[in-house]
Amino acid sequence: MSTFDFLLQGLAAAMLPMNLFYALVGVTLGTMVGVLPGIGPATTVALLLPVTYQLDATGSLIMFAGIYYGGMYGGSTTSILLNTPGESASIVTALEGNKMARAGRGGPALATAAIGSFVAGLIATLALAFIAPYIVKIALVFGPREYFALMVLAFITVSSAFGDSTLRGLTSLFIGLALSLVGIDQLTGQSRLSFGVPDLLDGIEVTTMAVAMFAIGETLFIAAQGATAPDKIEAVKGSVWMTGQDWARSWKAWLRGTLIGFPIGAMPAGGAEIGTFLSYATEKRLSKHPEEFGHGAIEGVAGPEAANNASAAGTLVPLLTLGLPTSATAAIMLAGFQQYGLQPGPLLFATNPQLVWGLIASLLIANLMLLVLNLPLVGLWVRLLTIPKPWLYAGILLFATLGTIGANPSVFELGMLLLFGLVAYGMRVFGYPIAPVIVGLILGPLAEQQLRRALSIAQGDIMTLFQSPIAAVLLILAALALIVPLILRSRGRGDVLTQMAASED
Amino acid sequence: MKHIMLASILAGALAMPAYAADYSIMAPAAPGGGWDQTARSLQTVLQQEKISKRVQVMNVPGAGGTIGIAQFASQQKGNPNAIMVGGYVMVGAILTNKSPVTLKDVTPIARLTGEYESIVVPASSDIKTVADLVAKLKANPGAVSWGGGSAGGTDHITVGLIAKAAGVDPTKINYIAFSGGGESLAAILGGQVTAGIASYGELESQIKAGTLRLLAVSSEQRLEGIDAPTLKESGLDVVIQNWRMVAAAPGITAEQKAAIVADFDKLDKSKGWQDTLKTKGWQDTYLTGPAFEEQLAKDIAATETILKDIGLVK
Repeated sequence: MSTFDFLLQGLAAAMLPMNLFYALVGVTLGTMVGVLPGIGPATTVALLLPVTYQLDATGSLIMFAGIYYGGMYGGSTTSILLNTPGESASIVTALEGNKMARAGRGGPALATAAIGSFVAGLIATLALAFIAPYIVKIALVFGPREYFALMVLAFITVSSAFGDSTLRGLTSLFIGLALSLVGIDQLTGQSRLSFGVPDLLDGIEVTTMAVAMFAIGETLFIAAQGATAPDKIEAVKGSVWMTGQDWARSWKAWLRGTLIGFPIGAMPAGGAEIGTFLSYATEKRLSKHPEEFGHGAIEGVAGPEAANNASAAGTLVPLLTLGLPTSATAAIMLAGFQQYGLQPGPLLFATNPQLVWGLIASLLIANLMLLVLNLPLVGLWVRLLTIPKPWLYAGILLFATLGTIGANPSVFELGMLLLFGLVAYGMRVFGYPIAPVIVGLILGPLAEQQLRRALSIAQGDIMTLFQSPIAAVLLILAALALIVPLILRSRGRGDVLTQMAASED
Repeated sequence: MKHIMLASILAGALAMPAYAADYSIMAPAAPGGGWDQTARSLQTVLQQEKISKRVQVMNVPGAGGTIGIAQFASQQKGNPNAIMVGGYVMVGAILTNKSPVTLKDVTPIARLTGEYESIVVPASSDIKTVADLVAKLKANPGAVSWGGGSAGGTDHITVGLIAKAAGVDPTKINYIAFSGGGESLAAILGGQVTAGIASYGELESQIKAGTLRLLAVSSEQRLEGIDAPTLKESGLDVVIQNWRMVAAAPGITAEQKAAIVADFDKLDKSKGWQDTLKTKGWQDTYLTGPAFEEQLAKDIAATETILKDIGLVK
């Protein structure tokens, strides 16, 4: 049988009414748990995995796929509506999404996230089915020095994309980098900056930090303004649905986000966050409305959300073709597969085609079910914003705290949540952007570890960083991204950049 | 609106640890890792075999389990229903992190499973045997880069032991620590490092597919169904296994301890557990009572010595 026949067969099985029902249950459960801040897809899948054990292989694979995609999507809903990212991959979504929600455009923001996730999930799942073996070969070429070059590129493109003032953006970035040093050094096992506090040994949890920075900081900021708070939240302004213009601005961002997210997700040390950062930076640079970024630009939601879902499918590439679980979620999925005697690895596509294609078909169905479930709910979700402000923000505080405690039951973690909430409040008052702190916290350790690994493998020879063709190309791109705008600006032609971006499409 | 609130409360209830359970098992690690999988397998089998009516699993991640053990020792004191999963990695982590709470502060119950280490090279490597590898290591220890798991963990300790057995200064080894099993395997497959080290289960499918060459395993005798010599046969006196155990809370009575041991005796003999071991590729290394305590003390002492030799513990 050819690849296509297997896929059709899998789809036929997944379309049975009972299996569709399982998909619906999975997606609903996944979204419900995924909505809690601090509870990411990994924890969601781990919590709900036992539910799937009761079913037959096909049924449980389908419910499982539903939980996975549902958990991924649940995080973005709270990011947009409440500014509390459920997991690190939906942090970028909160940047523009929440601004849109507060301007009465929560409906289109949720819709573009849902449809973008669907489009990206669809394309990436198909890519997984047909080109996974080729993608994984490229991904394996990436060693420590290539990853380091990729991180350098990410730092440079991303840091220029946040905020209006470079100095303030960099200050925030370095706060994040400094915080990222806390904890046990991965390469030597020695603790750094933990001051003898055992809870600090594992470093500062990114989701705790994100919830503190976004949700707690925001709540304090609003509370401090008291009755004089200027911006009244309007739940719905204009249509709840996406307008023609929204569609026109979203579709290219979806495709670009997919293109960025999928390969980065497929890389063993890629991670979903980096894709969302790069997508956000790309959209800001290519947008015809760069002035809207930071105030609710729809591309800034569409791109990163697509990238986030595409990289979720990308993670399955090394998992299915090599048996490499490259994220916590993937490791739990591996445990799930073993339950049905599925042993991921290089021989999987040859020895177990029915199950593999069943899984891929399940992912497609779950993806569709997610859209079916969430689009009608958009109208309901945005009603959340009509709750009177004191109730709404009290609710946000409650959920932020509950999520943090649920993910890691520790008093210290809670103290950290409140402390960084205060820090975020101070940063808001003095006009420092908060997103770069999170970027630094995520990218810092990756860049540091990969650099040290590369140098250790080469026994200290710094030239190794430039000797691989891929690393060299990435570093040249990074250098160009840094130098070109400087040259153009020094010639007083900063506006050329905007024109270039405008004439690209 | 009501529905949303209801849904959220339901979801919240799901996420919160429940307290009314026969056993509550703490996995001192994030979801997904070996300890978490052990805890969740225990949960399934204990319930399936009707040894315990309801079992809860709770994750307390961090620092090789030292955060979990500290919390367990202080919060569960005297609680006969509390169980914690642990293992060899915790022994090393307690030493490197200078954890004030050690395995002496809990009540070890039984060793459950073990996985042996395997030493591999990419299929394209010119290294064919352990002897080739040792020759390279002796010529220039720094030029042989080893890809494996976290610093101070079982993989790192094994490399230290190999160097020592080969007469090479263990502080000179070039060990590259990767955060997850997946990441280090990718580096080995991609030829980024000279040799790789991980538990056999993690590498099995690659070895069978012929993309990795298995040089040796770290068991006492050859393993059934695995076509590779032991390190001992290859002239390196190194035997090590990454074992996992369960411990009960401190301050429980002798009767309470005996009851827990009896439950785990039942578990080990059950078909459900034996099937689980098979699907997961875990070796049954069940050991309990004084024999286990003796083995534990021996492992702790040996680990302290080698971590000092590598230079991770002063």
